[in-house]
Amino acid sequence: MFKDFFLLAINNLRRRKLRSWLTMIGIFIGITAVVSLISLGQGLQTAITGQFSTLSINTLTIQNAGTGFGPPGSTVVEKLNQNDVEVIEKVNGVKIVVPRIVKVVRVDYNNAASFKYVADIPKENDKREMIYDSLNLDAEKGRLLEGNDYGKVVLGSNIAEGNQFEKKIEVGKSIIIQGEEFEVIGILEKASNFQINDAILMLNDDLEELLGLENEIDLIIARISDNEDPEEIALRIEKALRKDRNLEEGKEDFSVETPLQAISTVNQVLSIIQIVVVGIALISIIVGGIGVANTMYTSVLERKKEIGTMKAIGAKNSDILWIFLIESGMLGFIGGLIGVILGASSAIGLSSVANNYFGSEIITVNLSIILIISVLVFSFLLGVLFGAIPSYQASKLRPIEALRE
Amino acid sequence: MERKINTKKEKIIELSDVYKYYDMGHEVVKAVDGIDITINKGDFVAIVGPSGSGKSTAMNLIGALDIATKGDIFLDNINIKQLDESHLSQIRGKKIGFIFQAFNLIPTLTALENVMLPMVFQRIPLYERQKKAEELLIGIGLEHRMNHLPKELSGGEKQRVAVARALANDPDVILADEPTGNLDTKRGKEIADMFERLSKEGRTIILVTHDMNVARHADRIYQLKDGKIINK
Repeated sequence: MFKDFFLLAINNLRRRKLRSWLTMIGIFIGITAVVSLISLGQGLQTAITGQFSTLSINTLTIQNAGTGFGPPGSTVVEKLNQNDVEVIEKVNGVKIVVPRIVKVVRVDYNNAASFKYVADIPKENDKREMIYDSLNLDAEKGRLLEGNDYGKVVLGSNIAEGNQFEKKIEVGKSIIIQGEEFEVIGILEKASNFQINDAILMLNDDLEELLGLENEIDLIIARISDNEDPEEIALRIEKALRKDRNLEEGKEDFSVETPLQAISTVNQVLSIIQIVVVGIALISIIVGGIGVANTMYTSVLERKKEIGTMKAIGAKNSDILWIFLIESGMLGFIGGLIGVILGASSAIGLSSVANNYFGSEIITVNLSIILIISVLVFSFLLGVLFGAIPSYQASKLRPIEALRE
Repeated sequence: MERKINTKKEKIIELSDVYKYYDMGHEVVKAVDGIDITINKGDFVAIVGPSGSGKSTAMNLIGALDIATKGDIFLDNINIKQLDESHLSQIRGKKIGFIFQAFNLIPTLTALENVMLPMVFQRIPLYERQKKAEELLIGIGLEHRMNHLPKELSGGEKQRVAVARALANDPDVILADEPTGNLDTKRGKEIADMFERLSKEGRTIILVTHDMNVARHADRIYQLKDGKIINK
């Protein structure tokens, strides 16, 4: 019986092709947004979490923080310096403290120039090991830098690839950085963190000399003892620096972040974006549902005579109700199906654009069967829900009135 | 599909002192004003009268499409007043085959599917439905039009499909409202002949018409005027 009703419904939708399509547009725009967002959102979250996963859990990052409003330079920020490193080293529970420099430099190779991040590597063994360890660095080709590798660099995997200088950079080649020649002794494994894939590593002394830096620190990495609580140590470091810099609580010009904090901040922002977009999508779906209701109302009015005939030849009220409910459900379902297809393709398209741009598999599309099925069921039920009142009215039509039309 | 002709006349429809009034606000229209009709199994009855005579209302009452203001209507000894809408539908589907002036085929369904539709509502399995519908369409010479949509059929073909649909559930009564009204004389006669043939097969036929050429095929004619039967 339901099979027959389905056939009736599909026949009717086909008969009113244009109207059916217009009605379904309302549904599938919303569904497209929801599907692409959810399938990308999970991938995006994984990608962003991946940026931090290279920092192990017992590593804290100390950075300069913005100090309120106003143009740059209007507020005096005391930059991180060697004194801060010493203060942090004295904090109870901190094992090793490594100051880091991250700068942008000009790189020349194969008659092409490009600007790249360069990060320093400490010359001391224990600090160097800690950086390698906490950033999860390993050489894909050649080797990592050691304490006396002056004039040598290690490249992130994206830099070594051919598309940046139109020619692959092999281990053993020389590249020009800020006019000085450096030998490439290693190429890093591809990391989930795209900043690492695009960075050049060189010894701290080399970098300071190359750029003429003195006592300049961009961020400080502190590794804590294994059995300590990172949050607790972060508070202690904050307190020590505040005291040293004579700052009141809440007016710090620096920030101490645990990896978990960083992830949760990003996830929070991501969630807010998701909620906003899902909200907009839901509104569009509701508008789509109203479209279904409107179409079904018109349909009932137009088909009064048909309804009357069906009742005359034996259709019960419930039969008519089912026929119309299935029809409006199918409007929702087909709209949902198109939405799933469009949403999935736009998610795949967006992720491949992003991945091309960043040069690695940053954003994966997470398209689960559960998501697809629940979206389809949802769209069908949406159609049924918004078609309920018109369908009920159709079923309650008195045959004699319906036939008189 | 031969039916046994009942030698003993069995009552199938009885209208006993039936009235149907419509309250139009400023006046009450007496569409049917106290009629008594008894129809036995196998009868071929015509109800005739000019438009506005109440014959369509009478047909709607007989077909359980409408409810009388006063009086009782018995269909196979069941007083239809006592039935709710769903039971009425069920009874209509099983016991009455309707044929309308405008054919009233479902435009999205093929001829075959249209003939199958009344059986869908009686929950008859697909295989049986299809077999029966094919037999009926072959019987009226439409085997080559089975998979055509109504819009692809001529008026005469449409009405033959409608007749086949009316026969789908093997009803006790065929109720036809101006079945030749939208057809030319030749097609009209074809349909009238078809009724006569069905009558000979033992079916009960009630024909509402204003066309005396069609009505004279009937065994008995009720003439209506102003909601009353003026001759029998």
